[in-house]
Amino acid sequence: MKRRALALLFAGLLGAGAAHAAQADHVRANHAWIRLLPGALPASGYVELANDGDQPARLTGAASTDYASTMLHRSAMHDGMSEMAMADHLDIPAHGRAALAPGGYHLMLERAARTLKPGDTVPVTLRFADGSTLAVGFQVRPANAD
Amino acid sequence: MKLPRLAPFALLLAAALLLAGCQRDTAVPWQLTSIRGHMPDLSFRLVDDSGKTVTAADYRGKVLLLYFGYTHCPDVCPLTLAHLHAVLQKLGKPADDVRILFVSVDPARDTPAVLHDYVRAFDPRAVGLTGSPRDIEALVKRYRASFTREPAKGDSGYEVSHSSAIYVFDRAGHARLLATPPDSQAQIGHDLGLLIAQKDAP
Ligand SMILES: [Cu+2]
Repeated sequence: MKRRALALLFAGLLGAGAAHAAQADHVRANHAWIRLLPGALPASGYVELANDGDQPARLTGAASTDYASTMLHRSAMHDGMSEMAMADHLDIPAHGRAALAPGGYHLMLERAARTLKPGDTVPVTLRFADGSTLAVGFQVRPANAD
Repeated sequence: MKLPRLAPFALLLAAALLLAGCQRDTAVPWQLTSIRGHMPDLSFRLVDDSGKTVTAADYRGKVLLLYFGYTHCPDVCPLTLAHLHAVLQKLGKPADDVRILFVSVDPARDTPAVLHDYVRAFDPRAVGLTGSPRDIEALVKRYRASFTREPAKGDSGYEVSHSSAIYVFDRAGHARLLATPPDSQAQIGHDLGLLIAQKDAP
C-alpha cells in the first residue's frame, strides 16, 4: 500500500516537468487538527485545503503512522437525523478551497499506535487522485475544542 | 428549518396569554423552538456513567439538555457536546444548574465507564446515560426521536445514525425547547439563561 503510494509519488514527480505538476504540489493545508477522544475511541481530523493550481485537485484518502486506520468520512443530516458514511473523495476546485470541518467531511482516525495528548502533532499523508501526496502535521486538541 | 411549524402556534399562544394579562413565561421571546405542551414530561429509568440506576426524578431542580448519541461518533456528537460546553462556559456560574444528559443509543459498546470518560472530556456538568436497549428505545420514542444501526465498511463494526436535536427541560422536568443544528450557541445560551432564571418552574 505504502510502496504503491511511493511509486505513484515518484511517477508524479517524474511527470512534474511535463504540462501539469502533481495535484498535491498546488494544495496548501491550514489549521490541521485532531479532536482527541478518550480511551480507544476513534478521533476525527480536520483541515482547510486551498488549491492554487489551474486544475482541480481531488483528495482521495489519507494515512498516518500514528493510526492503524485513517478514512475519509462525511457526516450529513437527513430529516433531522445525523449520519456518517465513508466518502470517496473531496474535490478542491482550481483556485478554490475545500475543508474537512466538524459536521461535514472529516478524517476518521482509529486505533492509535501511541498514546496521544493535546499539543502533540500527528503526521498525516493526504493522498490525491493522481497519486501525489501531501504531508501535513495535525495538531492534537482536546475533545471539547470549539 | 430554523423556525419549524410550531413557531406560529407558539407566537399565537404567547399573544393570547399577553392579552389575558398573564405573566406566564409563554410570552418570553424564545429563540429556540418552544415545544411546551407538545412533548411529555421527562421520564426514564437508565444507568448513569457511575453505574447507578437513575430516573428523571434524580435530576429535578436542574435545567436539562437531553441529547441522543454514541461514543464511537467522532464528529457530530463531539461537535454538539463541545458547543454545549462553550454555551455553559459563557453562562458562567448560573450554568451550574444545568445538566447535559447524553443518552447512548449504542448501549452494547457504551458501558458506564466508557461513557464516563467520554462525557467528562467535554464538561463536568455532562452525564452519560445508558441502559437496556428497551429502556433506551422507550426514551427515544417518547421524544419522537430515532436511531438506526447499520454495518460499516471500516473498523468500527457498525455505524449509527441518530436524531440531532437537543431537548431542553425546565427544573420541573417539563419539555420546553428544541434546539437543532442550525441554532447558534448564542441562541441556545440566550434561552438557557432565561430558563435558568425561572427558579420556580410552573
Ligand atoms: Cu466518521
